[in-house]
Amino acid sequence: MSIVLTPMEETITLEPTEVWLSNPPVTESDAATPIWYRELQEKSWERFKELPVPTRTNQHWRFADLKMIRFADLASAASASDSASLIARATANRPADFAAHFVFANNRLIHSEIVDLPAGAICLPLNEALAAHGDLVRGHFLQETQTLGGDKFAALHGAATLSGLFVHFPKGCVSEKPILVHHFSGGEGQLTFPHTLVVAEDNAAVSVVDVFESITVSEQTLTVGVVDLTADRGGRIQYVSLQNLSDNGAKHVQINNTRAGRDAAVKVGFINLGAAWVRNESLNRMTDTGADCQIFSANLANGIQEYDQRTLQSHEAQHTTSDLFFKNALYNKSRTIFSGLIHVKPGAHHTDSFQTCRNLLGSEEAEANSMPGLEIDADQVKCSHGSTSGQISDEEIFYLQARGIPADDARKIISLGFLNESIEKLEGDELKAYLFAAVERKFTHLDESA
Amino acid sequence: MADSATLEAVNIDQDEGNFSYPEDYAHDAGYGLNEGTVDYISNIKGEAEWIREFRHKALKIFFAKPMPTHWASKDLENIIFNDIRYYLSKGQAPTRSWDEVPDDVKKTFERLGIPEKERKYLAGVEAQFDSEAAYSNVKEELTKEGVIFVNSTEGLREHPEIFRKWFGKVIPTGDNKFSALNSAVFSGGSFIYVPPGLKVKHPLQAYFRINAENFGQFERTLIIVDEGAEVTYMEGCTAPKFETATLHSAVVELVAMKDAKIQYITVQNWSNNVFNLVTKRGLAHENAEIRWIDCNIGSRLTMKYPGVIMKGRKARGEVISIALANNGQHQDTGAKMIHAADETTSNIVAKSISVGTGQSTYRGQVHIPKHLKGCKNNTECDALLINSSSRTDTYPAITVRGNQHSTQHEASVSQVSEDQIFYMKQRGLSEGEAMSLSVNGFVNDLVREFPMEYSVELKRLIDMEMEGSVG
Repeated sequence: MSIVLTPMEETITLEPTEVWLSNPPVTESDAATPIWYRELQEKSWERFKELPVPTRTNQHWRFADLKMIRFADLASAASASDSASLIARATANRPADFAAHFVFANNRLIHSEIVDLPAGAICLPLNEALAAHGDLVRGHFLQETQTLGGDKFAALHGAATLSGLFVHFPKGCVSEKPILVHHFSGGEGQLTFPHTLVVAEDNAAVSVVDVFESITVSEQTLTVGVVDLTADRGGRIQYVSLQNLSDNGAKHVQINNTRAGRDAAVKVGFINLGAAWVRNESLNRMTDTGADCQIFSANLANGIQEYDQRTLQSHEAQHTTSDLFFKNALYNKSRTIFSGLIHVKPGAHHTDSFQTCRNLLGSEEAEANSMPGLEIDADQVKCSHGSTSGQISDEEIFYLQARGIPADDARKIISLGFLNESIEKLEGDELKAYLFAAVERKFTHLDESA
Repeated sequence: MADSATLEAVNIDQDEGNFSYPEDYAHDAGYGLNEGTVDYISNIKGEAEWIREFRHKALKIFFAKPMPTHWASKDLENIIFNDIRYYLSKGQAPTRSWDEVPDDVKKTFERLGIPEKERKYLAGVEAQFDSEAAYSNVKEELTKEGVIFVNSTEGLREHPEIFRKWFGKVIPTGDNKFSALNSAVFSGGSFIYVPPGLKVKHPLQAYFRINAENFGQFERTLIIVDEGAEVTYMEGCTAPKFETATLHSAVVELVAMKDAKIQYITVQNWSNNVFNLVTKRGLAHENAEIRWIDCNIGSRLTMKYPGVIMKGRKARGEVISIALANNGQHQDTGAKMIHAADETTSNIVAKSISVGTGQSTYRGQVHIPKHLKGCKNNTECDALLINSSSRTDTYPAITVRGNQHSTQHEASVSQVSEDQIFYMKQRGLSEGEAMSLSVNGFVNDLVREFPMEYSVELKRLIDMEMEGSVG
């Protein structure tokens, strides 16, 4: 027995100023919102106030820099001033082939265009969907209990006025083209609450991409986002989050709840390039036979960025499969934390579940923490996890130098290839090119700051 | 607690060097734990004042520290510290003599395969096992070579110049709640010193046994191996089955000086009512090597994570771990590797088998700080599940700072396939035999790391545990 398993025993006591938020972050009351929803907001607010701020002894926050969640003076974001330039930014490099594109700035819709949606599909901003399809939203909205440590954040999200998209594909409704959603946030000490709710009914297929960016650099903002994904019998969902907020001050919390039903297949991708601090939680439930979840991540951490990712692959029925593949490239004084658990519940026999986290350390001061975990309560199970940490070897650099590539370029090529392995596992060539280009731009940025 | 007359008698006993004949006195510290308990133990042992202070300080820390149930098993809450006796040596009450021991326990002991002469020896000293476990059968040979091999009381009393320097230094009292408990009430265990350059050819052995009910065994072991010396230490343990919970909470500290090698082998086979909460850690100086070979088969709940602090350049640490969790057991084991110097390397290989409702858990920590260069770690954890109600968990934590190191971690969970069992049944093996053979095959590459006698014993234990687990 040894306490070093929880290395720092200090409990952080809260400063009196550390209030996070004193009033519920409801910015506008809308007569059209259903009563159940307003009640849920009130309940969430009560819960938010009751829940303690995570402390060092909470295993879900092990290795996390708890200073990052010491907030004071948060406020709901005011509307952004320069919509036109934001829309121009959002549309500039987007993939040519998309089904629809929505742009939100500081919790408000500023742009929407629908290009090619199949008949029967609903694709509406959440506030409109609540008014028009309240019952449909209710059945899938914030249904999961948060078990990965972010329950206080989830409660805050539940209490807030949300922005974001409701996507509902009924039975057999299929679109291979992605729905693009941009979320901008800005303004000192301001909060945004993006929510993405995607439902693929029986044999439907849908792809959604969330892109997070800052309006201006160097502003302290906090995004508290929740993504609810539900794929029914034979349904397919691909969801990608490209987080490219300002390195300087922006904090980003994103909680993903994924539920895959009978023979459903869900792919989730997290690309983290920006923000000073990121907390990704991803709950993936395989609730019925044949369900499959694949979770990929490519993270490029630089400066003093900290990326904290916690995942759970929960196998709740027989013959379910899941695969997790996370890659971190770390530079300067950046830190990453990966904590992943595979849980095979009693009775979930014949499960195949895999988990891989690889860290490429590019500086002497970067720090990678890995906590891959397994909890197996069933029979006839194939599970494995692997985690590695290392650096680019001199031989690899030499190999490329021998072919006329300068050492610096060689390092960049290898690191890009390293991260691209995660991106390659997603669907859609144009989308992959779009994501890869964003990663490549961050690399240019690395050179500038070096 | 004891009155002054008793205490006086105790001190006289102690002064007369009654230590090697502990059968001559009767001591029971009673149920529960308070400052009086600590004084009672200290008085009996006639300890120096600094040890008494050490114990009292530890007791305060023990009371102050919370149970680590925020990450550990809730089963810990079932330990009732006031229902336990903290010191018991022959004379008072081994509540059951060997003749009274239930037949199945006796049979178990026979089937352990402990050689006849060893059994005779054990039979001769079994009565003193509870609080004062000490082996002296190899003592004379070793003394000639300059080796010190004594129990904790004697070690601290006769050789403070050697042992005091490292006592409680590798594992500080406040490391965790149970190391604090041990520091307050420790008794028995082995204190070993191997002088520079001496390579001890034969392993040193210790066998721990709990005989009394409602008892806690708190042995304390400190092994110091001087420059260039080598030693192998083996420990085995058993306890009879009781209805009530028994507590075993040891602290084992190893110190390997420059170029020294220590191999520490444990075959833990406590009965299923024992809480086995042990802190084990080694400190490896320059180019030294510490290997923990740890096999956990018994106990109700074992929590044990042997560690190595690699303090000197090119130090090496290794943990080889086998755990077998049967019905009602939880083997929560693992390893901890703290790299604190350049070019240090560590290796962890852990294999666990869960049978019936057994639960096995691997917890690991690998820590490589940023100012170091050329550190390497390899971790492998494999789990085998036998029945559908078996459970296995894996919780490693790996921290790497800087780009001068490499770590790799792999874990897998699998079953004995029906095809394999079918194949062996075709060749005339019963299902049980086939399962035993598969399980032995799964751990075979690790069992080979054990010295011959122990690997034979281990195979027998695994066969026994596997009996009746299928079908």
